Amino acid sequence: MFPAKLPGNRIFDEMLLADGRVREHYATYWDWLNKRPPEEMERKRREAELLFHRVGITFAVYGESRGTERLIPFDCLPRVIPATEWAWLEKGIRQRVQAMNLFLHDIYHDQNIIKAGRVPAEQIFRNAHYQPCMQDVSLPNDVYAHISGVDLIRDDKGEWYVLEDNLRTPSGVSYMIENRRMMMRLFPELFSGNRVEPVDHYPSLLLETLQQGSHVSHPNVVLLTPGRYNSAYFEHAFLAQQMGIELVEGPDLFVKDSHVYMRTTAGPQRVDVIYRRIDDDYLDPLAFRQDSMLGVPGLLSVYRDGNVSIANAIGTGVADDKSVYPFVPEMIRFYLDEEPLLKNVPTWSCRNQQDLGYVLEHLPELVVKEVHGAGGYGMLVGPLSTREQIAQFRERLVARPDNYIAQPTLSLSTCPIFTETGITPRHIDLRPFVLSGREIRMVPGGLTRVAMQEGSLVVNSSQGGGTKDTWVLEAPSC
Amino acid sequence: MLSRTAAELYWLSRYLERAENTARMLDVAWNMSLIPFSVTARDELSTPLEISGAKELYAQRYGTLQVHNVLHFFTFDQDNPGSIYNSLRVARENAHAVRGKITSEMWESINTTWIELQEMSSAGLLSIGVSTFFDWVKQRSHLFRGAAYGTIMRNDAFRFLRIGTFIERADNTARILGGREHVDVTPGNTAVEFYRWNALLRSVGAFEAYREIYSDSLQYDHIVELLILRAEVPRSLRSCVEMLCELLPTIEGNAGLNAKRQAAVLFARLQYGDIHHIMDVGVNEYLNDFLRRINELADTLRREYLEVV
Repeated sequence: MFPAKLPGNRIFDEMLLADGRVREHYATYWDWLNKRPPEEMERKRREAELLFHRVGITFAVYGESRGTERLIPFDCLPRVIPATEWAWLEKGIRQRVQAMNLFLHDIYHDQNIIKAGRVPAEQIFRNAHYQPCMQDVSLPNDVYAHISGVDLIRDDKGEWYVLEDNLRTPSGVSYMIENRRMMMRLFPELFSGNRVEPVDHYPSLLLETLQQGSHVSHPNVVLLTPGRYNSAYFEHAFLAQQMGIELVEGPDLFVKDSHVYMRTTAGPQRVDVIYRRIDDDYLDPLAFRQDSMLGVPGLLSVYRDGNVSIANAIGTGVADDKSVYPFVPEMIRFYLDEEPLLKNVPTWSCRNQQDLGYVLEHLPELVVKEVHGAGGYGMLVGPLSTREQIAQFRERLVARPDNYIAQPTLSLSTCPIFTETGITPRHIDLRPFVLSGREIRMVPGGLTRVAMQEGSLVVNSSQGGGTKDTWVLEAPSC
Repeated sequence: MLSRTAAELYWLSRYLERAENTARMLDVAWNMSLIPFSVTARDELSTPLEISGAKELYAQRYGTLQVHNVLHFFTFDQDNPGSIYNSLRVARENAHAVRGKITSEMWESINTTWIELQEMSSAGLLSIGVSTFFDWVKQRSHLFRGAAYGTIMRNDAFRFLRIGTFIERADNTARILGGREHVDVTPGNTAVEFYRWNALLRSVGAFEAYREIYSDSLQYDHIVELLILRAEVPRSLRSCVEMLCELLPTIEGNAGLNAKRQAAVLFARLQYGDIHHIMDVGVNEYLNDFLRRINELADTLRREYLEVV
């Protein structure tokens, strides 16, 4: 029998009940695991590492020497979600993404939600991601966020919360697919004994979604990457290959006669859809940052003429900003006339004097984040910080309160991982990926990220986070 | 195909071929240095430096010709752009940039090469064994080519990979042969000369071919004919250019008119070439003209396919 440890502090564990028994949806896995010789898991772990290295499933780390590549740690104990629970989660995610697309369309057209006083105007118009150039631009299917990655966490009662919506260029889906392929390669027998929902068809759903984003009947779709030194380059290359589309960099594209073309060995070829993995600011040096070498001069004007589609749309970031996040439940009520299924994490906006006062008083208990931050950079996790770190952060916060929001430190649920000392719990989150074309589509599950350090709450790969395969599991029919 | 992608594939195979050629050349130099003719050994050491145009850089970094310095300079020296280390690094970087366009077998092959090379680099040449290392480089090059041949679709990606290989190989053969004419004595007369020409043939893997085709002692005009005009020898100029001539017209689209013409002209000169004519003109003269033409072709390829503006 493998000994499995419970997380302390009444934290919710995905596999174990509070009394140490294994949850029902882990029962078949647990039985299987306990029939394995103990050294097998270590051998499989090494095998996985070797394979990931050889295949080059790596990410580049900013701030280290150019071209430094690291493996994202992979743990072979799956994170299991019962199918019934997933069905409910999926409903909540769809509701949320649908409302946010309606919100974006509204913001760039009639602005009813502002007129109705449900979202303050300055919250939108003073937002760095709001793009006035998108006013009254109509998009196919009125979709702005074609691809989103909604980050979900669970508290100590196992309640689900949305932490972030990630509507700009969410990454990680390649790890979701590669993790599953790795698990099937390492433990094929697990998949014949369990009914795990497949995820491998994600790239074809993505391609269809991108094609639906264009008025052209057989659109030429390309993936625009900042290049091989970008941290997510592996994913860009992976997705382009899986979809059979060109992986282009800015200099490969040019604008002529209000159309976008790519330079090929057989002459210029028209481009109809750009799946961009570059932020708005860098897309077009004539419209946004002039020093950008990554974008395509003139792209915005072609886009506004409707001669090229861009996914996600320019200006989408205004909806996934951390200062707009508290209004998402209100969007669901306003546009869909429904109650939100998924909860928001309570959030204090430091731009409000009252909220700021509370935050400054409770810094050691709170998580404070930059409004536009991502990747786990520039944040304070109060309970895990020293007094000096908190004092330093307080100065930054007081200097620019509107740049920060604060949330209670949620415990985050744990899931066991294999370590040298046995099976021990680590904090995790879940990022399902949502595709919005003519309709909303998802593959079951998503990417489970793991904080590999004991007690750590930071799951970002740039901060040493790892990943797990995520199973949406049908209950055994017998 | 994207022009940039074509360029990455082209340079990927050029650099891989360059690493292999460097290994071949150095392996011979190393073996010669073990033979007790001091004059020959020195020649064989300086030849790679001359051929790759790195004589000055070497002199700055190491001063005098020492066999272990020359070996290090061409293998793991990260400050020598022509070292095997740097050639494989650039080849792998190019592969990384187009990994979506090559098969996973090809990518894994070159990525494994790079990972192992780094381990070898820290172990050092002597602990690996000099010839073992050169064999390894050749094997890794063969493995990648085999993976490419066996797995990639017959599309423009495959063609640009091969075009890079043959441009680099033709350039290399011409340089290796051209570096020797100053030793203008009938080969095979003395032991020294025998080893010298033997070394040249071995460095382009053509010693067995010479024996089989001529079944004769080593003679200069035979060697020249073998490496320039013979269709059966895979590293001869004729073979390389013939492949370029076959490949270029199969690239999709109508671009590359000048490249196709230049390749065809160059091939006609080799296909209908005459060894007596070459000997009359002078081998070096002939090879310099060839190098000028093949580099002009490479430049045209760049303008018409790889860096279209």
